[in-house]
Amino acid sequence: METREPVICIEGVKKRYRLGVIGGGTLQGDLESWWAKIRGKEDPNLRIGAKKYDKNETFMALDGIDLTIYHGERVGIIGQNGAGKSTLLKLLSRVTAPTEGRICIDGRIASMLEVGTGFHRELTGRENIYLNGAILGMTKAEVDAKMDQIIAFSECEQFIDTPVKRYSSGMYVKLAFSVAAHLNNEIMIMDEVLAVGDLAFQKKCLDKMSDVSREQGRTILYVSHNMNTIRQLCDRCVVMSHGKIIFDGAVDEGVAIYSGMDGKDEFPVFYDCSQKPRRRSAGTGIRIQSIRFPDREKAIIERYHPVPIEITYRADQDWDDLQICMRIRNMQTIGELGSTLTETFSVKKGRLETARLLVDFSQMLDDQYLISFEILRRLTLGNYVPMENPDTFMPIRIVNERQNDIRWIKRAWGNIQLNDLKIEGISAGDGQ
Amino acid sequence: MELEKKQWMTVIEPKTRLLELKLKEVWKYRDLIVLLVQRNIKVRFKQTILGPLWFIIQPIFTTIIQTFVFGHIAKLPTDGLPQFLFYMAGNVPWAYFAACLEGTSNTFTSNAGVFGKVYFPRLTTPISVAVTAIVNYLVQFLMFLGFVLFFMIRGADVHITWVAALTPMLILQMALLGMGCGIIISSLTTKYRDLQVLVGFGVSLWMYATPIIYAGSTLSPTLYKILMLNPMAPVIELLRYGWLGAGTTPFGYWGISWVTTGILLFFGIILFNKVEKTFMDTV
Repeated sequence: METREPVICIEGVKKRYRLGVIGGGTLQGDLESWWAKIRGKEDPNLRIGAKKYDKNETFMALDGIDLTIYHGERVGIIGQNGAGKSTLLKLLSRVTAPTEGRICIDGRIASMLEVGTGFHRELTGRENIYLNGAILGMTKAEVDAKMDQIIAFSECEQFIDTPVKRYSSGMYVKLAFSVAAHLNNEIMIMDEVLAVGDLAFQKKCLDKMSDVSREQGRTILYVSHNMNTIRQLCDRCVVMSHGKIIFDGAVDEGVAIYSGMDGKDEFPVFYDCSQKPRRRSAGTGIRIQSIRFPDREKAIIERYHPVPIEITYRADQDWDDLQICMRIRNMQTIGELGSTLTETFSVKKGRLETARLLVDFSQMLDDQYLISFEILRRLTLGNYVPMENPDTFMPIRIVNERQNDIRWIKRAWGNIQLNDLKIEGISAGDGQ
Repeated sequence: MELEKKQWMTVIEPKTRLLELKLKEVWKYRDLIVLLVQRNIKVRFKQTILGPLWFIIQPIFTTIIQTFVFGHIAKLPTDGLPQFLFYMAGNVPWAYFAACLEGTSNTFTSNAGVFGKVYFPRLTTPISVAVTAIVNYLVQFLMFLGFVLFFMIRGADVHITWVAALTPMLILQMALLGMGCGIIISSLTTKYRDLQVLVGFGVSLWMYATPIIYAGSTLSPTLYKILMLNPMAPVIELLRYGWLGAGTTPFGYWGISWVTTGILLFFGIILFNKVEKTFMDTV
């Protein structure tokens, strides 16, 4: 068994913030409130009508985080705004302290919550390298030893003895990142710092990060909203939501879960399409009113069990050559993975009708997808006219109920498993 | 569990122990202190014509104005010393003390940007401010010595006494006292900005409670006793006596002054430690 050394251990960490204005902001205000409280009078600094100051009016930025990170891991942390990612990094970099819980760290942490922290406009590039290096925890000797590498990496040789106030913003960022990238610290924490600089430099930075991690066994924690950099850099993914860790595991899966989160309710089973905007290609004549997954609470579907879906629509006139089309797309890639059609059917004018479809997802791998429905009118010779396509993309999750299916590597094999190959026959060749 | 046995390098917990001074850590970051001091000095005179000359222009002009206003117009007695030297001996160390106090009093608010992004022992910033002030002061002190020699050669009644040997201790004490008051204020200003306003005129009021523009010997005995409880008063009197050879030598009060300094610094550091962990949430 592989024995891995934990370098960061987070146990039950919570971080609470108080909502609203903290205190009166002035000594006078706080004294007034305090004096009123002593005399049992109403606080003069409360807004009129507001109830007494409520100690429970707090916000849990982090609500019980447990996480162990091992030596040499490259962990990507993703989540929506306000999920608590940055707060977690702040706690790890010791910028602020947790309200509850404990964090143990083994090794020096280099935190890059921002590049160029402590840069002074008036100082030259070289002077700023020393200063920034020292702020990040390097000694002067360490900076000296790395000076040439840092300057070379920053691509700023020419301007290194010019005050940084004369730098372009790109050069500034490059120089700042170079200092951070050459730290000797065992653990690196980065918050979206790669979102700056041109594409070539971004790639250079990513490669550098991968290098230091692989060759020197550094541990990296990286927060980003850019799923591509997460996929390139990380080998483990943590998804956060509302101050909690909701997923911890493989990168692809984590990214898929994150992409699927678009609101409060995950995988809803009912969609009202009557008010939804239509795409411009939508024709007229029939309107889908609602789409529903009957008899279930969430749109989580077992792969080998065809699922019923009910489409309710109303037509302006009689039609007898309509088809319903279902499209399916992946969360990661752009464009449709595939589509499927019903046979033609007819509708009566003005009547609310519901078509119950049975959808077979058995060719799709267990993952998250978005499905959408549209109605088209079939003409001869394979031509068709789009009639209706509400802008409703429904997240679904397909789970595999069969335990002994082959371990399918989606990155290599794709998300669609075609019907099984049949071996027609095996014949012996001419050789021995 | 395996994790429990492990020796962790850093453990982050909600509460700090009251007396966790982390001076070892500050020592590890000594290069940062040196660089911050260099930065403070370099940046100060960037894009100025006179550059480092400003180090000595300020005290000379202050002294000239004081000599004119308090010496010539108000005709305050100066213990028989040349007025120019008398005022300079007071205002140069006072400027140094004020720089320590004012510089450290906005540690948290003016460094919030950096403190919010990177961890390093926060105490390095006030220390670097104090060290910068010491460097400034040493330059001004040499200038002062130059004037002392000049006046001695011209035959003024000025002589250096053995008390001058205490100068290093006096300089250190002023730095500690300034820093102590400064970090108390800086810790409180994370929540109450009022104190920042107070610092500016508080320092100038404090100056009038210190024998800078007047001599300690001109005070009535009662007033003298009260005034010498001001920790800066004996320091200035001793410095003046040491280098100019006139005035009073309040050694007893100097002892009290050290005690006051110690208490202020002690509370300052405790408060600072308490605030530094979570000040980002309230600043």
